[in-house]
Amino acid sequence: MALFDTRSKDIRNLPGFGLTATLAVAFLYAPILFLVLYSFNSGRSISRLDGLSWQWYQAVFANEEIAGAALNSVLLAVIAASVATVMATAAALAMVRMKVRRRAAAYAVLNFPLMVPEIVTAIASLIFFSSVGLGLGFGSLVIAHTTFCIPFAYLPITARLTSMDPALESAAADLYARPWRRFTLITLPLLAPGLISGWLLAFIVSLDDFIISSMLSGPGSTTLPVHIYSMLRLGITPEVNAVSSLMVAASALVVIISGLIARKQT
Amino acid sequence: MRALAILLLTAAPAFAEGDLFIYTWGEYTPPDLVAKFEAEFGVKVHIDSYDSMETMIAKLRAGGAGYDIIVPGDATMQVLIAEDMVEKIDVFAMPNYVNVDDKWREVYWDPKREYSAPWAWGSTAFAVDTAVVKGDTSSLSVLFAPADDVKGRINMLRDMNDVINMAERYLGIPRCSENPDEMKRVLELLETQKAWVKSYDSETKELMVSGEAVVSMSWNGYAMRARDEKPTIAYVYPREGYTGWMDNVAVPKGAPHLDNAKAWVNFVMAPENAAMITNYARYSNGIKGSEAFIEPALAAAPEINPPADAPAPEFIPTCSPEATALIDKVWTKLMN
Amino acid sequence: MKLHRLLLAPSLGTILIFMALPIAITTLYSVLTPAQYGGVIWEPSSEAYIRLLFERDIFDDTLTFNTDYLQILGRSVLQAGVATLLCLFIGLPTAWFIATRPAGQKSLWLMLVTVPYWVNLLVRTIALLLILRDEGPINRALHAIGLTDGPLPLAYNNFAIGLGLVSSFLPFMILPLYAAIERFDFSLLEAAYDLHANRRQAFFEVVLPILRPGLIAGGLLVFIPGIGSYLAPDILGGGKTLMLGNLIGMQFQGSRNWPFGAALSTILMAVTLIALFIIARRAAREDA
Repeated sequence: MALFDTRSKDIRNLPGFGLTATLAVAFLYAPILFLVLYSFNSGRSISRLDGLSWQWYQAVFANEEIAGAALNSVLLAVIAASVATVMATAAALAMVRMKVRRRAAAYAVLNFPLMVPEIVTAIASLIFFSSVGLGLGFGSLVIAHTTFCIPFAYLPITARLTSMDPALESAAADLYARPWRRFTLITLPLLAPGLISGWLLAFIVSLDDFIISSMLSGPGSTTLPVHIYSMLRLGITPEVNAVSSLMVAASALVVIISGLIARKQT
Repeated sequence: MRALAILLLTAAPAFAEGDLFIYTWGEYTPPDLVAKFEAEFGVKVHIDSYDSMETMIAKLRAGGAGYDIIVPGDATMQVLIAEDMVEKIDVFAMPNYVNVDDKWREVYWDPKREYSAPWAWGSTAFAVDTAVVKGDTSSLSVLFAPADDVKGRINMLRDMNDVINMAERYLGIPRCSENPDEMKRVLELLETQKAWVKSYDSETKELMVSGEAVVSMSWNGYAMRARDEKPTIAYVYPREGYTGWMDNVAVPKGAPHLDNAKAWVNFVMAPENAAMITNYARYSNGIKGSEAFIEPALAAAPEINPPADAPAPEFIPTCSPEATALIDKVWTKLMN
Repeated sequence: MKLHRLLLAPSLGTILIFMALPIAITTLYSVLTPAQYGGVIWEPSSEAYIRLLFERDIFDDTLTFNTDYLQILGRSVLQAGVATLLCLFIGLPTAWFIATRPAGQKSLWLMLVTVPYWVNLLVRTIALLLILRDEGPINRALHAIGLTDGPLPLAYNNFAIGLGLVSSFLPFMILPLYAAIERFDFSLLEAAYDLHANRRQAFFEVVLPILRPGLIAGGLLVFIPGIGSYLAPDILGGGKTLMLGNLIGMQFQGSRNWPFGAALSTILMAVTLIALFIIARRAAREDA
């Protein structure tokens, strides 16, 4: 491992790590660039460029089904990821304070949603939601997504918290009597990288979910993945590329804005 | 918490009297058809999409999901009627029923057309690239006993029923066979063929157009799209037979807007409206007189006009549990 | 009222009510009889579990040992293992690199890693296939500059499946590792070197304890979903094999055998639950 080879004191910059990171990011973006290119195709193909045009973007904006589905997906993912992150943070904070022997059971429950095959969760939730009279629709989607997002938020947060120095909190406890101030002033900022990681993972998991959303959506709450899968029957067109490109553009916008905010703060 | 509640409330659609909730395949309903219906009846149409018949059935079975219109395929339609999951709306008595082609009146899935109207129909056979595959291509042997330059360039649909039905036709075995020995022969044929198959993929158009596959199982609509991009691609109606399917418009039990739903069912049986479906989805409808409103190039397309000597499409009901278990077994072993 | 109970209640309650309870009902399905058009009939049957290991002869009802499903399970676990290792090899250096960037850049890098995931996995996987295939841009470029005569076999093989798995799961490894590494006080490692600790000691005593929670979290987030995933083999591998995910899906759809699907998923859950329990116990012991 490169780690062992270095005698340099600068352990932050290990040889090859920057290159790996750059290549990894490039690899993730290659399919994205490819599909953005074909979103401007004037033909119907997603792999043969006939000419350039805006027609598929016009199609997306004119298409209530697909535009509405994209909005549903983003709204759902924001709500589910946020609620799941709050719950997961509370759980992670509780777990480090618990007696070691008791942790295992709670740990298993928190990670349980990871273990169930998606189709089984989907069918089980469908039967459960309709038999207790919750009905299908955006509300049941929020509940189901929040539930399966919890471990995705919990694991990064707990990875951060597990080895955070407890001495910091006890020092804070001496300074501030009230736990809430201690939490907001000391614990939360220290926890931030875990919170960001957890929220982002929960968000992309929710945004990508198809099987569960497909079973639990009601009238007016079709999500984008459900719509895309259902288009397979008649063939994928660059319209899918166009709506995907718009999603990437929206996310890039979020990144830029948050980058600007971060710069202002520092 | 309060903000969340407000979000949830506003995100749910308003259920006014003048609504119609359609649950169908994505991009299957022409926007101009919807606009015309909305203008004519003063009803707001909402469309949601499903990815498979099984999802749709599961949701209906779990207790009316609040949809007014569904668009089930033939075998599914039969199941929905048998399980009492659709409204009996007496389609045969609707004013526009006179337009329904005789061929689509006494169908196995709804013998008296009490529950459903035709939406669109098509077939599942295969397509060849005539620039590469020469000679007589009218037999399934193109797929199952391929020439050397076709080996390794075959694509099959990733659908166990379609693949096995096709193998059964090649071997002269009836569909939904419950005979293990017959199904063993089907498995042997498919296992032999697997060595020559490039992929089992349902997105067949890109494969054919790029030349990655020169023979591919295909729905007729996909084959037509492929031919638009590569004129040497031809859809084949094999002499051993091929599968036909029809999607139908029906009303699930407990539909909240029953009158609007009935109006829609009658509406789509008008020739100029049915033609809109064909123009948009590129599949035939079952309505007499709609030809006059279909784009000429489409109306004449070989993919929706079988040659006179082609066999009739075979419509296949849901197989028995015994036959389904054998199909499951063959597919599991083939994919192992 | 203990504070930690109050903090645990929302998440545990949500999972127990909205996930565990419905799943318990479906688990019950595994010992019932399949109904003709999907769903179950309330008649007990152990057929679904017998079928996991044995094949029932159609004629004389005798049972013979059948490894079909064990093979599928083995293949799926192997896939999950490969996905975890690949993501680890790429994810660890990446996470380390991101965690050592200046404060303002870190979250930018994190978001850079997640932006591609705003595009649906199916769409991304199809795009990857279109890039890799014989007529794709890579092969055409190689051919155009005269490096290759014929197309390189990039698609429809294990190489393509591996790429697909990395593209499906990479952030699930990077983000937890980042969260763990970010708090690392690098002066510790520098101090260790100053004290002439050898490299092995420095790694095992200083770096590994820091990484461990991140490795566990990332490993779980890639490995467990990896068992059930099937898009990469379906699309990039040419769809020539079944994974556990397809097999279970098939039972609830075309094959209409809900009890068997429920049995398969019950076995899968039991195995992962036991593994998770062992991990949790170990993690707890080492913390103590």
